[in-house]
Amino acid sequence: MAKKIKIIVAKPGLDGHDRGAKLLSRIFAEAGMEVVYTGLRQTPEMIVETALQEDADVVGLSSLSGVHNYFFPKVVELLRAKGLDDVLVVGGGIIPREDYEGLQKAGVNAIFGPGTPTTEIVEYIQKNVRER
Amino acid sequence: MFDEKALETIKAGKEKWSNDVVGKTLAKNPERKEVFTTISGTPVERLYTPLDVAGLDYGKDLGYPGLYPFTRGVQPTMYRGRFWTMRQYAGFGSAKESNARYRYLLSQGQTGLSVAFDLPTQAGYDSDHPLSMGEVGKVGVAIDSIEDMKVLFDQIPLDKVTTSMTINAPAGILLGMYLAIAEEQGVSFDKVGGTVQNDVLKEITVRGQYIYPPKATMRLTTDLIEYCLKNVPKWNTISISGYHIRESGSTAAQEMAFTIADGIAYVQACVERGLDVDSFGPRLSFFFNAFTNVLEEVAKFRAGRRVWAKIMKERFGAKNPRSMMLRFHVQTGGVTLTAQQPLNNVVRVGLQAYAAALGGCQSLHTNSYDEALCLPTQQAVTVALRTQQIVAEESGAADTIDPLAGCYYVEAMTEKIEAEIMDYLQKIDAMGGTLVAIEQGYIQKEIQNSAYRFQKEIESGERVYVGINKYTMEEPPPQGLLKVDMSVGEVEAGKLKKLRAERDEAKWKAALDKLRQASQTDENVMPSVIEAVKAKATVGEICDVWRDIFGQFRPKEYV
Repeated sequence: MAKKIKIIVAKPGLDGHDRGAKLLSRIFAEAGMEVVYTGLRQTPEMIVETALQEDADVVGLSSLSGVHNYFFPKVVELLRAKGLDDVLVVGGGIIPREDYEGLQKAGVNAIFGPGTPTTEIVEYIQKNVRER
Repeated sequence: MFDEKALETIKAGKEKWSNDVVGKTLAKNPERKEVFTTISGTPVERLYTPLDVAGLDYGKDLGYPGLYPFTRGVQPTMYRGRFWTMRQYAGFGSAKESNARYRYLLSQGQTGLSVAFDLPTQAGYDSDHPLSMGEVGKVGVAIDSIEDMKVLFDQIPLDKVTTSMTINAPAGILLGMYLAIAEEQGVSFDKVGGTVQNDVLKEITVRGQYIYPPKATMRLTTDLIEYCLKNVPKWNTISISGYHIRESGSTAAQEMAFTIADGIAYVQACVERGLDVDSFGPRLSFFFNAFTNVLEEVAKFRAGRRVWAKIMKERFGAKNPRSMMLRFHVQTGGVTLTAQQPLNNVVRVGLQAYAAALGGCQSLHTNSYDEALCLPTQQAVTVALRTQQIVAEESGAADTIDPLAGCYYVEAMTEKIEAEIMDYLQKIDAMGGTLVAIEQGYIQKEIQNSAYRFQKEIESGERVYVGINKYTMEEPPPQGLLKVDMSVGEVEAGKLKKLRAERDEAKWKAALDKLRQASQTDENVMPSVIEAVKAKATVGEICDVWRDIFGQFRPKEYV
């Protein structure tokens, strides 16, 4: 049997909107994943450190304060600097569609906007996560 | 309200109708669902009759507007005197940009200001702090010092407008700046009107802009309340907020219950400070959400008014009727807006604004239709303001007081929500009070469970959300979204550098030392906060003094 998927759910920056992050943490756990929710006010360094410590397969970033273009690429960059190239990075929140392409070019694997069914996010992760 | 004989006749009639008429129809055409519920999950019956409000005592439970228990409204003439204050929450980028939007909104008939601060300001960090990276000027205006605040209120007469500031843990600092500017404009403190949110408990439970541990942050809250009582008599010293509780996923009844629980904690803290409940009671104000289910929202507001009046009178012994009034601001539900087919949100906001008006709000913010996509554009902000002007001027909701009173459904729902609120308050009391319930994560977990239930209902299709799980369509990506310039951070950092280089170092240091001293004793911190902001101490510097003394709050996460 394959090892459980381990996912870090993180809130970068000062944004306090954590309804989505907490809800998804619960949904991921129900889908059989091992979930670490970081809580609020995470710097990119803190998030990557947690990913490293926990040997995470996935990092899920949630932002509703308009700072995704700063934080998401930074997290990817730091993950790569630590050699965590095969960690799947997904993001969600209030993110204008026109920003999706730039974020994907920066190495974010997928962005899920408001109204996305949680089943779609779970399936995406299960399909695209690294071999364990 | 009905005599027993009449009720018996109604009961017999309803049974007959149910068996003969409804039964026949159901046999041919079943209803759309087996169980109907509100968005909060409360069951809704097929028909409400006098039987559902048989226990209602008009004089005791409803009464008259402006009179205890204020179920029908807090003012004797409500909107026949004047409309609610139309107050659009706004602010972004630099103080200069936000000042331009405020002046635009005032020129368009808005009657009060509502300042949105960026997250660094709300969390008590200067624009050049490492944690402020990327956040400066994003969700609100960046304010570091009194110099920024002067630009923000340039050419806005502080004796003519009232200003609501969404600021909590650092509320005293921003109020201090506001008062210092009023003074410069030649406006005396007794003419200054407005509100600071100052509700730190809901930051800990749901909103996340906390700084200090609960006890310390409650002390700062109480200092502000006490200071204003004596010096700024027209200021609303706290806006006890359910808005964010609802946004986080609570039901309507939970929103009201947990807000009132927070309110009880603040009143308790003030009473323990030695303040007379009738001195600060009249200056407490509230802030609620309005969702699209109009009738449930109206019932929520009415139930809240009745419960708060009883608590202030019976629990805290208030004698001044003004202390018992649940006066509140409403913002339409941000979380109800969809990124899909965003123009549909205009209709949602319209219904929500209608609910706020029928529910007897004192002021109202209507959301912009594009807020699930970005910060609102000028066009969207204008439509939002027009929406409440249409509700005020055209709908008729403002022409008679509490028009839904006596509606069997609304009265029954009001009673039901009241019972649910009382049940929660009892549970919280049994736990040892609001602070304990928060520390144990009880309130947080109750809200999260409701958010989870709602999400499941949407995903199973059990609850329809237009544009999300039904009536969906392909659409091109939206154009013309508002973007905040990333360079605001650099500009603000440059301004800070200049401020620190040019201010009177000795005066600045003396003011911060004085603040430190006051903070370490029982002395009210507000006078020394005002001195410090006048000496050009920044928000971050003042907050750091308190971080040193009080420490910082680190929440346990309840997932």
